[in-house]
Amino acid sequence: MTTKHAAETPPPDGPDGLQEHFDTTIARDQRVEPRDWMPDGYRRTLVRQIAQHAHSEIIGMQPEGEWITRAPSLRRKAILFAKVQDEAGHGLYLYSAAETLGADRDDLTERLIEGRQKYSSIFNYPTLSFADIGVIGWFVDGAAICNQVPLCRSSYGPYARAMVRICKEESFHQRQGYELLMTMMRGTPAQRGMVQDAVDRWWWPSLMMFGPPDDASPNSARSMAWKIKRHSNDELRRRFVDMTVPQAEKLGVTLPDPELRWNEETGHHDFGTPDWDELTRVIKGEGPCNAQRVQRRRTAHEEGAWVREAATAHAARQAARAEKGAVA
Amino acid sequence: MTPEQPGRQGWPLYEVFVRGKRGLNHVHVGSLHAADDAMALTHARDLYTRRNEGVSIWVVRSEHIAASTRDEKDPFFAPSADKVYRHPTFYDIPDDVPHI
Repeated sequence: MTTKHAAETPPPDGPDGLQEHFDTTIARDQRVEPRDWMPDGYRRTLVRQIAQHAHSEIIGMQPEGEWITRAPSLRRKAILFAKVQDEAGHGLYLYSAAETLGADRDDLTERLIEGRQKYSSIFNYPTLSFADIGVIGWFVDGAAICNQVPLCRSSYGPYARAMVRICKEESFHQRQGYELLMTMMRGTPAQRGMVQDAVDRWWWPSLMMFGPPDDASPNSARSMAWKIKRHSNDELRRRFVDMTVPQAEKLGVTLPDPELRWNEETGHHDFGTPDWDELTRVIKGEGPCNAQRVQRRRTAHEEGAWVREAATAHAARQAARAEKGAVA
Repeated sequence: MTPEQPGRQGWPLYEVFVRGKRGLNHVHVGSLHAADDAMALTHARDLYTRRNEGVSIWVVRSEHIAASTRDEKDPFFAPSADKVYRHPTFYDIPDDVPHI
């Protein structure tokens, strides 16, 4: 249910009892629902995280959307269409969840196109060949799955429920990517070269998707205490590496990290350190495609204005007709 | 809510309920914005049933939903807690009485 009353009415029995009730809900691993009282910081953190997540899905349509017209077969084109449509859907589920916290959808769109809210740094890299489409499905959606599966148990009900829907659909995204790469790896040496090149370019940015290392991630601890987040950035990154290494072997590509090796003692892979300065630069807007992505989103929004206006006018006319019919 | 505070677009918010298959209740799945009821239904279909998740959709303007007070632990539900005799376990029946 989406109502904004909760944010507007003052707590009836003083903030202390409510804080305690909120804390108990979190401690018992129960879900917080839209009309419950919640601390301002919890609400703000969620709005920021959910909005950023929604924006990522919406901007995420672009790198792959660019290949829809150039997909090599009708089958690949149909798959890519469906995937990009899913990304739009994911963005909308998440905007819907953000609205249950009192956010306004038009306002969120404006914040995105004015650069006042962020989206995932990964979408600021270009898709140079069709192999990139496969690697995005495999790495980027694979990393998203690592991030998102624990979010299905996030303490905020509407967010957790949106994540359940999203995770079900991400599995198709990852598998179509891997299948695409397997097909290319069975092709010519040039095609195999394209796959390896895409792997080389996307590996490190994919590792950066999990965010800065734990000791440089100031908000993580609080989000984990509130059970918005369930695992730390480094933990999820390691999980992704462990998951991906055997897949790379099966595919026959090399991951571009000379430090990558299995560690018998820890039961995990050791791996190199991503270039955190690069992540900072991309987040600050200096990635290869930042300006282009936001500009594209702005243009789409502005050029779509007449469609929204026409729909509003049509709805008004239908309503007027219905009223006239009822009178007559 | 929407009518008092229209967004730049001014499209009202709708809540979406989907019947997953025959024999099940409609279940709330999320919300969306639309210019009117017809658009809300087609958007709900495109957004919430891309993979056969539903055989029937209800959409209702969010502002038309009346809801109980905000917290689920509200005294509103207190009357249902103190009537243990509404539950079958309240009644002692000897073990050797069959089918009850």
